[in-house]
Amino acid sequence: MKYLIKKFCTLIITLFFISLLSFLAFQVIPGDAALSKLGTGATEQKREKLRREMGLDRPVLEQYGIWLKNFGQGNMGESYTYSLPVSEMIREKMPANLAITAMSFLMMLAVSIPLGLLAGRYAGRIPDRILTVCNQFVMAVPGFFMGILITCVFGLALHWFTPGGYVSYQESWSGFFGYLIFPSIAIALPKCAMGVKLLRSSVIGELGQDYVRTAYSRGNSQAQVLLSHVLKNSLLPILTFWALAIADIVASSVILEQVFTIPGLGTLLVQSISNRDYPVVQAIIVLIAGLVVTINFLVDLLYGIIDPRIELRG
Amino acid sequence: MRPKKGDFKKVKKEKNYYFISGGILVTVVTVFMLVGLFYTPYDSEAMDLSLKFAPFTLAHPFGCDQFGRDVFSRVLKGSGTTFLVAAGTLIIGGGLGTLLGLFTGYFGGWPDEVLMRFNDLVVAFPNILLALIFISILGPGKYNVILALGIVFIPSFARLVRSEVIVHRDMDYVKSVRLMGGSHLRILFVHILPNIKGTLFSALAIGFNNAVLSEAGMSYLGIGVQPPDASIGRMMSEAQAYIFAAPGSVLFPGLVMILMVLGFGLLSDGCSV
Repeated sequence: MKYLIKKFCTLIITLFFISLLSFLAFQVIPGDAALSKLGTGATEQKREKLRREMGLDRPVLEQYGIWLKNFGQGNMGESYTYSLPVSEMIREKMPANLAITAMSFLMMLAVSIPLGLLAGRYAGRIPDRILTVCNQFVMAVPGFFMGILITCVFGLALHWFTPGGYVSYQESWSGFFGYLIFPSIAIALPKCAMGVKLLRSSVIGELGQDYVRTAYSRGNSQAQVLLSHVLKNSLLPILTFWALAIADIVASSVILEQVFTIPGLGTLLVQSISNRDYPVVQAIIVLIAGLVVTINFLVDLLYGIIDPRIELRG
Repeated sequence: MRPKKGDFKKVKKEKNYYFISGGILVTVVTVFMLVGLFYTPYDSEAMDLSLKFAPFTLAHPFGCDQFGRDVFSRVLKGSGTTFLVAAGTLIIGGGLGTLLGLFTGYFGGWPDEVLMRFNDLVVAFPNILLALIFISILGPGKYNVILALGIVFIPSFARLVRSEVIVHRDMDYVKSVRLMGGSHLRILFVHILPNIKGTLFSALAIGFNNAVLSEAGMSYLGIGVQPPDASIGRMMSEAQAYIFAAPGSVLFPGLVMILMVLGFGLLSDGCSV
């Protein structure tokens, strides 16, 4: 319980600092929000009036308080460029990223756990060698290049999907997932390779432990020992990697969106950066960072559940 | 029995194949990139529409792109820029990060505590996202990318070096130096630093890869290196639409990156063995 409370406090403090930093970062930029919203043609009085409406004449910390309060209520401000509520723009774009992240993560789990076990079990033998070589190559391919290759092979040559033919989930769920599965593969592949590499060394370490010999001596079959004893213990050090992988997957989805022309958060982020549309940039960044921190918190909790010893130490 | 003369030779140090193969790859790619900084066979921006989508020939080994620009020259030039960005990033991020890690790890105290908490915060942001924040503040361009990535890379190096220094700080050899009257700076830079160089080189190799991948990713998105500087990432995003007409301008930049990442990855594995 103490462990849980400590972790929870850390989570809250980190979230607070993330929001503060993201807010302050966009305060130091030279430039006038009222000016960029109204354009250079507006008169000085008009700008002054808008500045007061937006609360820009107040002290910075007070502005932060107001912004945080609104943010907590789901009001993320208004886009400078489109004059739309930011929350609405984000809600519209978010499903694509969530789907890509979830699918890539599941693919990573589904591929890396069995292959990692296999490579660790046959360490130094043929299956392991083949996997190690493949891993080195797969890890070396940048995500967006993998995306381009996949578009080329599955889209343009084999016609399994139409590049650029993204279907919104509102139109058809099967079309939505059917299209997003390809960017998900591109993101998941390097992560799979990394996962296999880590799990392999973890499994090798566990196989040398005394409890494995005990388990065999009690008459357990090899499959039983591997699946019910070794796997659970080997996964423990990998959990941290998975948490970091989620952050990476979210970041890669921002780039892969461009490769597959999916109108998601990444496209919105890039556009907003080019247009200097700061409320949008700010909101997206806080959301993604918040998501990552929350996931890390959940992984910490999971650690406590899987390995009860951590509770004692914490 | 007296050992025969040849007996000792049999105990050979096992060859570090990771290091060797990585080293060769890295050398080749680095030479390629360095050449690209200073020399290209054609002007990388010279357009010649008569050569539009020209196939692979001796004069144009990688063919020509949609504007009739020589792809080989562009890959060379782009690799050069990429190398510059990655090297700059490592100098800023690796250099400052190592210094920070050395001092906070060695002296401890509140600066150490502050740094670690700040580190926890920064880790919450994926690398490229953090770099994008800086870019949105600084504006795009080659030097801003170096600055942004450099700053983003500082915490990871600081954390790594710090954890190593903490291990070495209380070792006997450090205590001996202290007894002999060696100053803190001498202990840090003459004694501890050489002892953690394996880990550091390994991290630098991985850092180089990450810098290249981040730069390429940012340039691919169009908010990294800006024209007239050529960049591998931007080349690929421009050429993607013409992949069948001019496969070279997508495949070769990709290949250079793959070889480089592979090389540095192997080198890093070799360093940490």
